[in-house]
Amino acid sequence: MAVSQFPEGDFRAPVPVINPGHSYRSITEKLTGMVLTPHTPLAWFVVMFVGLSLLMGLTMSLTYLLAKGIGIWGNNIPVGWAFDIINFVWWIGIGHAGTLISAILLLFKQDWRTSINRFAEAMTLFAVACAAIFPIFHTGRPWLAAYWLFPYPNTMTLWPNFRSPLIWDVFAVSTYAAVSAIFWFVGLIPDLATFRDRAESPVLKRVYGILALGWRGSARHWFRYETAYLLLAGLSAPLVLSVHTVVSFDFAVAVLPGWHATIFPPYFVAGAIYAGFAMVLTLAIPLRAMYKLHDYITMRHLENMAKVTLITGLVVVYGYLCEAFYGWYSGNEYERFMLKNRIYYGPYAWTYWMLMLCNFIVPQLLWSKRLRRNLAVVFTVVMFVNVGMWLERFVIIVTSLHRDFLPSSWQMYYPTVWDFMTLFGTIGLFLTLMFVFVRVLPMISIFEMRTLLPEATPKHHPEGEAH
Amino acid sequence: MNLSDIRTRLAGLEGRSYWRSLEELSDTPEFHDYVQREFPYQASEFTDPAGRRQFLKLMGASLALAGVSACTRQPPEKLVPYVTQPEEIVPGRPLFFATAMPHGGLASPLLAENHMGRPTKLEGNPEHPASLGATDVLAQASVLTLYDPDRSRAILNRGELKTWATFTAALQVALGPMRTTGGAGFRLLTEPISSPSTIDQIEALLTTFPQAKWHQWDPVYGAVQGGAPAAHPIYRFDRADVIVALDADFLGFGSAAVRYAKDFSSRRRMGTPEDALNRLYAVEPVLTITGSNADHRLAIKSRDVRGVATALAAAVGAPGASGTASADTAKFVAAVADDLKAHRGKSVVVAGDTQPASVHALARAMNDVLGNTGATVTYTAPIVASPLDGAASLAELTRDMAAGSVDVLLIIGSNPVFTAPADLDFKTALDKVKTRVHLGLYDDETAEQCHWHIPEAHYLESWGDVRAFDGTVSLIQPLIAPLYDGRSAIEVLASANGTGGQTTMDLVKGYWTKAFGGQTKTAWTLHDRQGRAFASVDQFWRHALHDGFVSSTSWYEGAPPQALAAPAAQPAPAARTTDTGMEIVFRPDPYILDGRNANNGWLQELPRPLSKVTWDNVAYISARTAERLGVPVSRSGNQNQPVLEIKYQGRSAKLPAWVMPGTADDVVVVLLGGGRLKAGRVGHDAGHNVFGLRGSNAMWFDGGAEVSKTAETYPVYSTQNHFVMEDRHAVRVVELDAFKKNPKAVEELGPERPSYAESLYPEREYKSYKWGMAIDLNACTGCSACIVACVAENNIPVVGKTQVGRSREMHWLRVDTYFEGDPGSPSGTYNQPIPCMQCETAPCEPVCPVAATVHSDEGLNDMVYNRCVGTRYCSNNCPYKVRRFNFMLYQDFYTPELKPQRNPDVTIRSRGVMEKCTYCVQRINHARIDAKTDGRTIRDGEIKTACEQVCPADAIVFGDLNDANSRVVKLKAQERNYGLLEELGTRPRTSYLAKVKNTNPALRES
Repeated sequence: MAVSQFPEGDFRAPVPVINPGHSYRSITEKLTGMVLTPHTPLAWFVVMFVGLSLLMGLTMSLTYLLAKGIGIWGNNIPVGWAFDIINFVWWIGIGHAGTLISAILLLFKQDWRTSINRFAEAMTLFAVACAAIFPIFHTGRPWLAAYWLFPYPNTMTLWPNFRSPLIWDVFAVSTYAAVSAIFWFVGLIPDLATFRDRAESPVLKRVYGILALGWRGSARHWFRYETAYLLLAGLSAPLVLSVHTVVSFDFAVAVLPGWHATIFPPYFVAGAIYAGFAMVLTLAIPLRAMYKLHDYITMRHLENMAKVTLITGLVVVYGYLCEAFYGWYSGNEYERFMLKNRIYYGPYAWTYWMLMLCNFIVPQLLWSKRLRRNLAVVFTVVMFVNVGMWLERFVIIVTSLHRDFLPSSWQMYYPTVWDFMTLFGTIGLFLTLMFVFVRVLPMISIFEMRTLLPEATPKHHPEGEAH
Repeated sequence: MNLSDIRTRLAGLEGRSYWRSLEELSDTPEFHDYVQREFPYQASEFTDPAGRRQFLKLMGASLALAGVSACTRQPPEKLVPYVTQPEEIVPGRPLFFATAMPHGGLASPLLAENHMGRPTKLEGNPEHPASLGATDVLAQASVLTLYDPDRSRAILNRGELKTWATFTAALQVALGPMRTTGGAGFRLLTEPISSPSTIDQIEALLTTFPQAKWHQWDPVYGAVQGGAPAAHPIYRFDRADVIVALDADFLGFGSAAVRYAKDFSSRRRMGTPEDALNRLYAVEPVLTITGSNADHRLAIKSRDVRGVATALAAAVGAPGASGTASADTAKFVAAVADDLKAHRGKSVVVAGDTQPASVHALARAMNDVLGNTGATVTYTAPIVASPLDGAASLAELTRDMAAGSVDVLLIIGSNPVFTAPADLDFKTALDKVKTRVHLGLYDDETAEQCHWHIPEAHYLESWGDVRAFDGTVSLIQPLIAPLYDGRSAIEVLASANGTGGQTTMDLVKGYWTKAFGGQTKTAWTLHDRQGRAFASVDQFWRHALHDGFVSSTSWYEGAPPQALAAPAAQPAPAARTTDTGMEIVFRPDPYILDGRNANNGWLQELPRPLSKVTWDNVAYISARTAERLGVPVSRSGNQNQPVLEIKYQGRSAKLPAWVMPGTADDVVVVLLGGGRLKAGRVGHDAGHNVFGLRGSNAMWFDGGAEVSKTAETYPVYSTQNHFVMEDRHAVRVVELDAFKKNPKAVEELGPERPSYAESLYPEREYKSYKWGMAIDLNACTGCSACIVACVAENNIPVVGKTQVGRSREMHWLRVDTYFEGDPGSPSGTYNQPIPCMQCETAPCEPVCPVAATVHSDEGLNDMVYNRCVGTRYCSNNCPYKVRRFNFMLYQDFYTPELKPQRNPDVTIRSRGVMEKCTYCVQRINHARIDAKTDGRTIRDGEIKTACEQVCPADAIVFGDLNDANSRVVKLKAQERNYGLLEELGTRPRTSYLAKVKNTNPALRES
């Protein structure tokens, strides 16, 4: 680490990002050794077993869905959207942290992001993959929805309805998925080259070689690589804000009390970052233990993420307050009723209070430095947040829909076993993809970790910072 | 192969006992051969090389000789196109034929829409005085029964298939010896019958067998308690300013309700605030359609109705009536009596069918003394000729059967084994009859107990005649040949009388030929509507068939009332009923009736008026009774209801509880008709059988019931679970005098409407037509006929009880009900039909990602099924929640019998597609084509939407908003007009005319 410009003990002084005592060699060996080894930790098998079992459930439920129709779920009239869209928004929200960490923190030169950005990006991709299931499969005729939602030239000269927020969704989510995938892959290239060079099996050499796209590590490669990566980061940064903004339009554009609110875009983005960081922590804490990555994902990382979680959580709670305030302040009888129904006299009021517990009360534990450094506590808190963010969407979607304008159309919504199978099935898909990734690709960026070593920085570098 | 052999075989099987066909079950060598040859024509030859060669040779030769075969005679096939086009058939255009549906022995006059020889939809006969173009729920749904695949299809003798010839032979064998003995052991059991030709046939039969007896049993229309009323009243509600209904549901029950609703609503429709409204008082134990339209309603026990009637009669000065009202009804009785006395000759007192003859006599005495008789009500001799007191008649029959004195029993149409009063033990007695013959639409519980079962022809398949409540003789003509070889009652009777072998048409026309010649017992003066006599019987017959009725027979149109028995003295109430304890009230299910319609999916799924329960019969109790019994009063969604155990006269039954606002306290209202044991695929297992409770001495109500809540629960699903308006003014209600003082009162009830001029977007112009609808809530009675008319017109599928429980019913149109005031005794009940509002700025349109719901140039909110991918976003964004989604494959694509029923002008929707009300766009397009052909624009009233056409109250009016003279424009110009949720800026094309209550100042609270 470079000499600090701050005096000893100043809180502004940078804290080392990785623990001391590492060399280029030790980092490379540790991080490649995790993948290029015939030994797989037992825990990996356990998680894969759970993940694959749930994934089987997803396959089964989606097959049954295709055979019978949406009716296997609990959706009805008036509650046209339920678990399907809740799950969609939940997963999309989770998919926000990756790009935020990679792009925005990169642009802000937050070097601690290096230890976590790779698997956060992977998490983003997999979360978006889980989310993408729903816009297709929640429709009555998915075999048509799969392509009718895209503007393709056709003999009927029919275009999608560009006024519909669902079409904006299609563009926002597909753009986000594409850019995130490219960003992630570009970031992987130097490490894939490392794998190619270190792999012993000719097959692996070949596979990683193809994926490394001929990377030789020349200065020209590095120059172009850095430029491209920065450009992609610049491209992704606005997407972090735009995707959930557009998703929130699905609701904000509608006339329904509880949906029709201008606060939704920032409130959804904050919620997404909150959910994303909670999910990164949910993954980081067990992975760190499983692969003994304490030197790379240090307490500083976890604390920083906990702090971001706490702050975005407070932003989200501010959103709840605003929603409630404007519901009352509007003076609109439907808005006011929606609020009362949501908070105290509706049959789903308990979900609102569960949400408050999960998203507001429990995360306040993170104010305490002692608790923030206790990983069992942090893990418990972020699990609450994961549940809370799901409940938030339940409250927004189901509670608003089940009692709208005409009391005669008020009905209850009850999920079926297939709703739960699909929800847990996507969790299975997510776990499976995540753990396959961990097994075959470097979950921590090797070359970027190397740049964090003191020797990576020339002594005469004025800033003393890695990039 | 007969049924008993099959049973033996099935009993001998181990393991697999299901079978694909009767052929397989019979296990014959032919069947094995058939199975082996799955593709029977030569296909199995392919497995054998030699055979294959042979086969190919033959095939080659056949091909070569194919040309030669042109010279051979082809087997006749009936599916040929018209060579000479019949003049009146235009492919794609329906034909309409007048006919009538028997409904409790009386006629529901109809025009049947016939597409290429198959009836698809029934409308009211606009020229018939009992319909004036409208119909009711049961008539609308009856077309589905015609095509019901579960109807009985063959003549059965103890379960074996037989022919008509075998049956008639057997009948002659059974009846032959009686011809000489006078037929002492011969009994005929029918439903109430008013058909002149059938009555003539029965009379002929009774002449042949003078000792034979004719019995009548109909648990709904033919059952009376405390004696049958002496006279048949015909009301003129259009002339009445004050109406008092004593436990009478004249707007909702029976075939007369259609005309009565029309007359009644004609006095509720306010063109200007100055128009006079009638005032309706209802006294009843359970909320009925009539009660829900009443300005004042008194919920009391059935047994107390007589007390109120007596006090009222005394107060208006009816001779012989003396009595005072009890403390809690005194104020009501006094106010009503004053109102009646203030409207002499312009008021009417109506007694209900469920009340004893004494109440009818009191009502008649009041009408007589008030000068109403002859003005607002006419009393005539009963129109049905069968014995009026069904319970007594059936009791007599059962006694004779049990005594073994009945040898031959001919049951026509009725299902007494299921519906007979429990104390009679009809089934055991029936076993003693030597020859039992049943004619019915279904192979039902009674058919099972009879030696012979003859499938009955549906009325749309048969000839006949039937009289309407006003006496009009209506002709029934077949719209289709019998689908399942059914026979009509008259055919069976003729055959019993030894005059079989004639066609049904000949039998019916034969009667009228005799009548034309003046040779019938009843003297008919037959003339056309202009009073001209007919030249020949054929001219008369053609004329009557064309009109659907014999015009000179309606008392509305001046036919003289039949000779009337002298007013009966007021008999004391039946002594055998109990006047203490909790009261049990029996009511037929509004649609399933006694269970006869149990296999009709449209009716099972149609929300019952006011409770909105589907697929089940329940026990109505009041909120206070519910609290006492520990039954939860509120309900937030479809959930299980506690089951009540009802004990009455040592019998008991279990029925799920339903808290029904407006039910009198300490009354349990038991709806009949559920729990059919042998109904068919739809009706099986729907509801609970409560006939076990009903005794022959108390058909409709009795005291001494014990009701307790059991630990059991049972799922009851309704389409509406929230009946409070939450101060939202979905239905705007004003008092008449408040409205007169301030014509803006209706507008002021709703929130401020946004100014349309404030929009950023340019105003959209509708240059050609601009369709709109106005629904008069003051006229609407809430009968729900519009829903089932919409179902029939628009091929709306039945989804089944489970799916209704998930709130996925598909009705495009619903009728919402709201109660006002205390749930124990609501001060108001409001019905509101909700079709699609066809918003001009529809929230559903912009949110559809694939543009599957778009606005037409005429302002319709069109749904493009082919384009819909089913995101359901449109439904979420619809403030009225009128969109319906095919969550699964609800439409039956596979049952061939149901296919001919469907309207060929309306797309059959498949799974995953959103659908909704289209304002019957197919009817608009038909009218457009006609208008274009004629080179004119569409005339006002030329298009009637299905809901508008069926509406007995004329509450729904559809038309062109660009036509300043159209009815709909005039209605929308009224002060009562308002848009539902128009404060959202949706600019609904469907608007409502507010309800105006005409309450009596003397009865208002404080």
